[in-house]
Amino acid sequence: MGMTMTQKILAAHAGKDAVRPGQLIQAKLDLVLGNDITTPVAINEFESAGFEKVFDSKRIALVMDHFTPNKDIKAATQCKQCRTFAKRFDIDHFYDTGAVGIEHALLPEQGLVAPGEAVIGADSHTCTYGALGAFSTGVGSTDMGAAMAAGETWFKVPSAIQVHLTGKLRPYVSGKDVILTLIGMIGVDGARYQSLEFTGSGVGELSIYDRLTICNMAIEAGAKNGIFPVDDVTRAYVEGRVDRPWTAFAADADAEYERTVEIDLGAVDCTVAYPHLPENARSARSGADVAIDQVVIGSCTNGQLADMAAAAAILKGRHLAPGVRGIIIPATQEIYRSCMHEGYTDIFLDAGCVVSTPTCGPCLGGHMGCLAAGERCVSTTNRNFVGRMGHVESEVYLASPAVAAASGVAGHLCHPEEVMNK
Amino acid sequence: MNAHGTVHKYGDHVDTDVIIPARYLASQNHQELASHCMEDIDKTFITRVKPGDLMVAGVNFGCGSSREHAPIAIRASGIDCVIAANFARIFYRNAINIGLPILECPAASAGIDDGDEVTVDFDSGVITNITKKETYQAEPFPPFIKEMIAKGGLMASLKAKEAAK
Ligand code: SF4
Repeated sequence: MGMTMTQKILAAHAGKDAVRPGQLIQAKLDLVLGNDITTPVAINEFESAGFEKVFDSKRIALVMDHFTPNKDIKAATQCKQCRTFAKRFDIDHFYDTGAVGIEHALLPEQGLVAPGEAVIGADSHTCTYGALGAFSTGVGSTDMGAAMAAGETWFKVPSAIQVHLTGKLRPYVSGKDVILTLIGMIGVDGARYQSLEFTGSGVGELSIYDRLTICNMAIEAGAKNGIFPVDDVTRAYVEGRVDRPWTAFAADADAEYERTVEIDLGAVDCTVAYPHLPENARSARSGADVAIDQVVIGSCTNGQLADMAAAAAILKGRHLAPGVRGIIIPATQEIYRSCMHEGYTDIFLDAGCVVSTPTCGPCLGGHMGCLAAGERCVSTTNRNFVGRMGHVESEVYLASPAVAAASGVAGHLCHPEEVMNK
Repeated sequence: MNAHGTVHKYGDHVDTDVIIPARYLASQNHQELASHCMEDIDKTFITRVKPGDLMVAGVNFGCGSSREHAPIAIRASGIDCVIAANFARIFYRNAINIGLPILECPAASAGIDDGDEVTVDFDSGVITNITKKETYQAEPFPPFIKEMIAKGGLMASLKAKEAAK
């Protein structure tokens, strides 16, 4: 029986010729990730078990992104604990305020993840790196603590759903609309335990940023990971970032998938996930009644330069509707700087938005833009659960940067065409 | 390594909020967590459970929040093994990491009723329903998982490995 791309990467890291779905394996890890919330718990586990060294100080990444710049004393204390640990074990990839970006944008940007690698992170959106043809998945803090010591972990080999993409995206439609459409089709547990393996001629039509957004939200369909084949788009992104040898794995021609979902990219339209589940996907065209108070453009899902460009294209020469607050958060320092060079920052400021330094901030209702009872936000983040961005009676509508920007201008949920064709 | 006991049977989608409600999470004390285990759907579970008993459930056991407190509460209540048609992914990892044996077996999940007397052979993956005189085959754990569970979980087994070096 042929193997999927994920199964081949896992087999290689387990030192086996073949693995099959359901099998439990022990696999070597190329990178172990934690953030300012999960790392302190992992450090406690690590220290109470009495470990004296980490498996490899170059293969651990600690990213202080959730509540930073430290929003309060508790956040400051957590970051301090991480900083002390990083110093003690000479952790190369410790990202503190000033160097930090949102972990899942930062690691690919800095070349810390390469195709064919196996990565775990104590953060559920670690599945993002499947966009580069790597296997990556989220785990708990105990897993992270153990992996920092051992450099390996156990996995149950997942079966896969094939998502077969054809066609080409229409104007204003992006990877976010594709993944929201897919989650709408299969539901929030539609891919439980499984890999989402993207295939087909449509893959080549998607930019690396579209792919990052799509894999980022694989977890919102319950998937263990999402993964794209390695092609010229991947190579162009990885070149100049990754300076170590890497391997492009490809699924066997006779790889077995539990089922196949077909998506014609040309038929995907701008899509919004209504409260309070990412599977509540509806057309952005039917949002005229949904008046909004805030838009957030950023996060590990849509904080890339391409996302900033999409928002800037809509906001250029326009202004947010009266009463709408706009919060724009480039995901990394590099993207932040590029926004200034490209003139996006001026466009955002002229439109009446604030532009923040990189942070998770409002995405998890942490800081920098929490909502009050009854308020509504169109957000480019990945979760719209009850209370995710603040008060339990607030509402989050998940959308692409183009839809969020257009909705901010219109004052209600809308398709970008409504604003641009005016 | 084997288990042998009376079954406490539950349905589908038992979430971690039901296994241990969030209002008790301030405690790290295993016995205290256990004393509230399942109370929102089964008030008398904790008074009926005996050391060595088994828990059997339907699909998606342990869904919802990723709290490690859930498998800890179940293990501390005296349950020696959980069998379900399938588990939510992070619960599955957490259970094994803290040393609670869990087996996926749709046939056992369908065939076993509350109160049945059941044995589990972890080496072969064979589950025997003594009450109903039936057997069901689950995928057995590979040696390293068995060893991890026997040593009391991921951290404990890693530490033992370190010490042996
Ligand atoms: S941006 Fe949001 S989803 Fe992404 S890592 Fe931060 S808190 Fe998590």
